[in-house]
Amino acid sequence: MGNYPADLKYTKEHEWARMEGNRARVGITAYAQEQLGDVVFVELPKVGTKVSQMQPFGVVESVKAVSDLFAPLSGEVVEVNAELVKKPELVNQDPYGKGWMLVIQVSSPQEANALLTAQQYEEFLAKGGH
Amino acid sequence: MAEALKRTPLYGVHVRAGARMVPFGGWEMPVQYAGIVEEHRTVRSAVGLFDVSHMGEFEIAGPGAPAVLQRLTTNDASALAVGQVQYSLLCDPDGGIVDDLTIYRLDADRFMLTVNAANIDKDWAWVTAEGRGDARWKNISAETALLAVQGPRAEALAGRLADVDVTAIGYYRFARGKVAGVSAIISRTGYTGEDGFELYVSAGQAVDLWDALMDAGKADGIVPVGLGARDTLRLEMKYALYGNDIDQTTNPIEAGLGWVVKIGKGEFIGRPAVERVKAEGPRRKLVGFEMVDRAVARHGYRILKGGAEIGVVTSGSYGPQVDRYIGMGYVPTECSMVGDEFEVEVRGKGQRAKVVQTPFYPSKVKKS
Repeated sequence: MGNYPADLKYTKEHEWARMEGNRARVGITAYAQEQLGDVVFVELPKVGTKVSQMQPFGVVESVKAVSDLFAPLSGEVVEVNAELVKKPELVNQDPYGKGWMLVIQVSSPQEANALLTAQQYEEFLAKGGH
Repeated sequence: MAEALKRTPLYGVHVRAGARMVPFGGWEMPVQYAGIVEEHRTVRSAVGLFDVSHMGEFEIAGPGAPAVLQRLTTNDASALAVGQVQYSLLCDPDGGIVDDLTIYRLDADRFMLTVNAANIDKDWAWVTAEGRGDARWKNISAETALLAVQGPRAEALAGRLADVDVTAIGYYRFARGKVAGVSAIISRTGYTGEDGFELYVSAGQAVDLWDALMDAGKADGIVPVGLGARDTLRLEMKYALYGNDIDQTTNPIEAGLGWVVKIGKGEFIGRPAVERVKAEGPRRKLVGFEMVDRAVARHGYRILKGGAEIGVVTSGSYGPQVDRYIGMGYVPTECSMVGDEFEVEVRGKGQRAKVVQTPFYPSKVKKS
């Protein structure tokens, strides 16, 4: 099936988080971009915005659908991927690389325990993914 | 339990091709194969193949058929020659649009009407109740399949497979012939703004024709195209989609379809109501707009001016060829001029938009 790197943590809303020290880089999974189809618009918060675990932080739109994005971890947004404004298709082309969305300065690292491992996420997808 | 979705004769072909199947107007249809944006751009640059067999077809035959159609539809059916196709409307007595359709004059007193899939049952009830005369109606939707071949390479492709000279078929004209050995009505029509054909064939031969077109079309770069790209292609042309941009609460004048309403032709259902709107001028108009702020307008979003609601978005998306966020919606006539600005409410926030010249993308249909 899909491609779910073992070094990432996952949510049941199909976001991933990559821990980089006290920061987490965030995007959506290969499964999510495949389900959405062509991504044509991404709305992200401004740097400095506070986000909370499993609360919406933005919106991704494909030709046909509008979907909320959920923060895998609580904290403050310290970086956003400005390139997605002009090139939202990067989310489809490279969901774990150039299609990243945010970097969060994590406020409660223990929240990561609530996230899924790659194996748990794949099992979740195998059961239907919702 | 929900009513089971209907399937076209090509259902299995779509599944094998890896299409994503979705419910649409009571049908289980392919929304995309490789991806909407790529399919859209291939239709603009090469050629695409669509299964639109969910559309409905009715036949009416008999000496009274021309008079019945003249009374039922808004365009002038008497101007239609054998071999010609006409875009037209069914209106109710209040001038509301029951459906938009194309009419084919098959013979002097025999016609075919192509109607929207979601409206087949409603239209059938309507035409058989309101369209009485010395003529007989026949619903041939189930036994008829419809394939559309659209794009700049469509003529070359159809030409290689047809036993008639397709280059001689003018826009909104049709011929009878065989395509890849399959008897077809070869109609130079479409819903994309590109040159191309719509091929009406018997349901049992749809798969053969599909396979032959996909095979012969390889050299032209053909791809199968789903309803997702069909929608964005028609949006770039500002073609109305029934149920989105027009319905029984909208009248033809405000929808910009006055060109298919021939008030002078004589009595027809809805004439007094439409004539009144035409005389008074419509209070609102269906416009094409482009987003000024970065946001995607969607069907049902409110249109605001100075914080007050003035209208509604009826269609909106990313236009893959024009590479802009575009839409259609009803706004008061005084806000409907090219250059007029308003806001579209997206997730509670007003995002600027402006009325633009349409079609958004220049039509490439063959007008010769």
